[in-house]
Amino acid sequence: MKRKEFQEEKFYYASQWQLIWWRFRKHKLAVFGGIVLLVIYTLAIFCEFFAPYDPTKYNSRFPYAPPQRIRFFHEGKFMGPFVYGYTSTVDLKTMRRVYKIDKSQIFKIKFFVKGDEYKLWGIWPSNIHFMGVESGYMFLLGTDRLGRDLLSRIIYGARISTSVGLVGVFLSFILGIIIGGISGYFGGAVDNFIQRTIEIIRSIPTIPLWMALSAALPLNWSPLKVYFAITVILSLTGWTGLARVVRSKFLSLREEDFVMAARFAGASEMRIIFRHMLPSFMSHIIASITLSIPGMILGETSLSFLGLGLRPPVISWGVLLQDAQNLTAVALYPWLLTPVVFVIVTVLCFNFLGDGLRDAADPYANL
Amino acid sequence: MALLEVRNLKKYFPIIKRGFTRKIVGYLKAVDDVSFHIEEGETLGLVGESGCGKTTTAKLIMRGIDPTDGQILLTLNNQTIDITKLKEKELRRTGVRRAIQMIFQDPYSSLNPRMTVRDIIAEPLIVNNVAKGKEIDDIVADLLKAVGLRPEYMQRYPHAFSGGQRQRIAIARAIALKPKLVICDEPTSALDVSVQAQIINLLKDLQKDFQLTYLFISHDLGVIEHICDRVAVMYVGKIVELASTEELFSSPKHPYTEALLSAVPKPDPKRKRKKVQLTGEVPDPSNPPQGCHFHPRCPYAKDVCKKSYPPLVNLGNQNHPHLVACHRAHELELEGVNV
Amino acid sequence: MLLSVKDLRTYFFTDEGTVKAVDGVDFEIEKGTTLGVVGESGCGKSVTARSIMRLLPKTGRIVSGEILFNLNGQTVDIAKLPKEEMRKIRGRHIAMIFQEPMAAFSPVHTVGDQITEAMMFHFGISKEEAMQKAIETLRRVGIPKPEQMINAYPFEYSGGMRQRAMIAMAISCNPDLLIADEPTTALDVTIQAQVLELLRELQRDYNMAIMMITHNMGVIAEMADHVVVMYLGKILESAPVEELFYNPKHPYTMLLLRSIPVVGKRVERLEVIKGDVPDPRNMPKGCRFHPRCPYLMRDLCDQKEPPTVEVSKDHKVSCFLYGGERDGAS
Repeated sequence: MKRKEFQEEKFYYASQWQLIWWRFRKHKLAVFGGIVLLVIYTLAIFCEFFAPYDPTKYNSRFPYAPPQRIRFFHEGKFMGPFVYGYTSTVDLKTMRRVYKIDKSQIFKIKFFVKGDEYKLWGIWPSNIHFMGVESGYMFLLGTDRLGRDLLSRIIYGARISTSVGLVGVFLSFILGIIIGGISGYFGGAVDNFIQRTIEIIRSIPTIPLWMALSAALPLNWSPLKVYFAITVILSLTGWTGLARVVRSKFLSLREEDFVMAARFAGASEMRIIFRHMLPSFMSHIIASITLSIPGMILGETSLSFLGLGLRPPVISWGVLLQDAQNLTAVALYPWLLTPVVFVIVTVLCFNFLGDGLRDAADPYANL
Repeated sequence: MALLEVRNLKKYFPIIKRGFTRKIVGYLKAVDDVSFHIEEGETLGLVGESGCGKTTTAKLIMRGIDPTDGQILLTLNNQTIDITKLKEKELRRTGVRRAIQMIFQDPYSSLNPRMTVRDIIAEPLIVNNVAKGKEIDDIVADLLKAVGLRPEYMQRYPHAFSGGQRQRIAIARAIALKPKLVICDEPTSALDVSVQAQIINLLKDLQKDFQLTYLFISHDLGVIEHICDRVAVMYVGKIVELASTEELFSSPKHPYTEALLSAVPKPDPKRKRKKVQLTGEVPDPSNPPQGCHFHPRCPYAKDVCKKSYPPLVNLGNQNHPHLVACHRAHELELEGVNV
Repeated sequence: MLLSVKDLRTYFFTDEGTVKAVDGVDFEIEKGTTLGVVGESGCGKSVTARSIMRLLPKTGRIVSGEILFNLNGQTVDIAKLPKEEMRKIRGRHIAMIFQEPMAAFSPVHTVGDQITEAMMFHFGISKEEAMQKAIETLRRVGIPKPEQMINAYPFEYSGGMRQRAMIAMAISCNPDLLIADEPTTALDVTIQAQVLELLRELQRDYNMAIMMITHNMGVIAEMADHVVVMYLGKILESAPVEELFYNPKHPYTMLLLRSIPVVGKRVERLEVIKGDVPDPRNMPKGCRFHPRCPYLMRDLCDQKEPPTVEVSKDHKVSCFLYGGERDGAS
């Protein structure tokens, strides 16, 4: 917060949210994480627009095509962004396709090109894509076994993988606040019982638990049902962290002078909780939630990777990684592992963001 | 008729041994059979050092905690009720909450940092349905003016204010409901010296303007002498002396009071202090000495002081009581400070 | 002269701006005497102490000025001393005690370990010898059963005892100067009296100078030989203790003395200093006290900083009421 701001009146009128924002801005890493996440979520929301191709479109001529590099110079001349095409032959010994870069095929990359048809969010039909080539093909991250563009599949996968985190966390949020609140507010035997239950839940190893629960899902459920079932499973164990944060905040706030002052003024218990105590730790809750989203994302990715979560034709990063499950794929077609990079980046950025929020969450620490 | 009467008030905290079976191994007698009364319009001071029980007494009267035994009688509208018997809902319903308010010691933690000054002061008005909407803003503006702050400040947040100003906001909140009794728990201890005088003068003015009665808790004898009509001295959960301010300061009857008065450093280099030095530490309230709690440190202690706890007797008369709890009070000549 | 501080300036460089915590401070302490430093929050008294001890946080720096210390006959400027040299002085020649004794002690080491650490470092003696001396020091400060308490942890000591133990640690190496930063503010009044008495005895026995920092005028009156009054980084008045109390010259000092409720002197209404102590990040122009001063002279006090004027022997004031209109700095 700059000196000028501090001296200005607006510091006096600044609510806690403004103070939090000013402190947050100082964390360069957190701001960076936030911006990257904004980009990823934009891609996810408008995935149909940003993906160069329809993710289900087969290209029988280009299975396992390696990624095409974006180039700018062709034989010394600046051409703008473009990619070279491939000529493919079949190696008769290994019965695999071999791709050779064919510099005679030049596909210029353009923005807002016409391409495969789609319906944005299933509603608005269009065929304009953010990036693509008018003729030829552009596989910036290569293709998979069926010749499907990996980049497009990853962008579509972002939509599922990142939203699972949010939906799951929302459920955990509700459970966490209610149960944590009851625990912290009533104290005594109720608190004891709830805390021991939480400890038991937390001590169950999560991956086997998730595996067991999702293996119990009926095979004939539609992908959508499975999706929601997965989020419920993930949030069943995810609420405990938040519940403990809420409980400890309740316990500490109960002793604060201003809470006692509210009680002495004659406020009802409900009012004390919602009007006086809750705003005090809202910021901590938000920080806590942000830090638990990565867990959800990793959970879904792991489950789907193991075949126990979402399955094709649903596209998520975990599902995409199923294709990378065997050694041949990893050795010969390493670009199939790219979804991992996206998972790592997303998780890291949430951690940076959450750290920054948590540090900024108590704007009154210095005041 | 006294506004507030406290009779044989006790608060014992059980000391629980940590272990599988939670056994009670003893009691911390924070408040041990304390009785006093406060007349309407007067200021009663409660003085003592750490562990004496003055803050616990305040919390008991506010009904923030429940007493182990004893009665707290409040007289409202010519009716006397024992508020120890009331539950939270009844305290609200009978108007007790509106009648007794408190000013806390720490101006930084007694105001909710997430609420505007207007909302903080309006809170008692809102929960008691005193006013609605625009009316509230007017009342808040008047209260702010009464405590010496500008009404425009009500849109600001507490962090914009200094300690002294925050304490004024806390005072405005306390008098919003026009209470009968205000408990001031060390209201100036956390403030700068140059600001203390402002707050003390303000409290005195408000007492006149709003017909308030104060229970004033402090460890600062100078402030106590200035603002209180009568003073009670507490030591390890008990009242050891209770008298009018003038009498207590000029001719104390309890050795502890004498020691307290002489221990206070006076801002006068020529007034060299008499050597009434107390040895030893303030006792642990969970394990006070046998007999008179003060005897290990008392320069006048005799055998009888080690054996039995002295009762609180009135060495004054009916109209000007001077209560002391000391076996030797009638024979000791103790030194006070000239008033 | 044991300590001579000349035009000391210590600034803090933060994101929110530069805080001139100590801004041109001069004072002296003679061997074996007590200097009282009185002031309210933000006046810079603690920062002055920490500047002398060279214990400033990262954001703070001594920007200019001298701190001349008489080290065994030689004059050393502490402000410019390299860190290793300062370590030899700290604890041995200049020691410090704080308001909160728990903050001075490490909770995971015994009191004995902590007291002997300094002795062993400064005197090069063995642990056994140091322990013997430490026990004697604990006895001297009035801790009962010192042979047992030496091996106890700080949390096993009661409040007053901890303060004494901290004093023991500070005097263990016979310092020439003891800086006491609000040493009794957190103590009960009867314990405070004991601790102050102890400090007076130690001063007599060890011929130790004391720099007593407090906001309590009563403590100043009891302990100090000479007093400086600080406000927002500057010294407003400097005088021998009786002069200060009976003949205060600076409006701030006068008002301060009149606004304190004194035991034994009941007045109808306390005198008040209007306004609040300003934020050190937002200092008033000209004389720092002018917004609250009843003797404000417009276009003078709010424009220029008053120079220091000597009104009588050893009694200096920084106020335009005593002249200096032409010399004041803008």
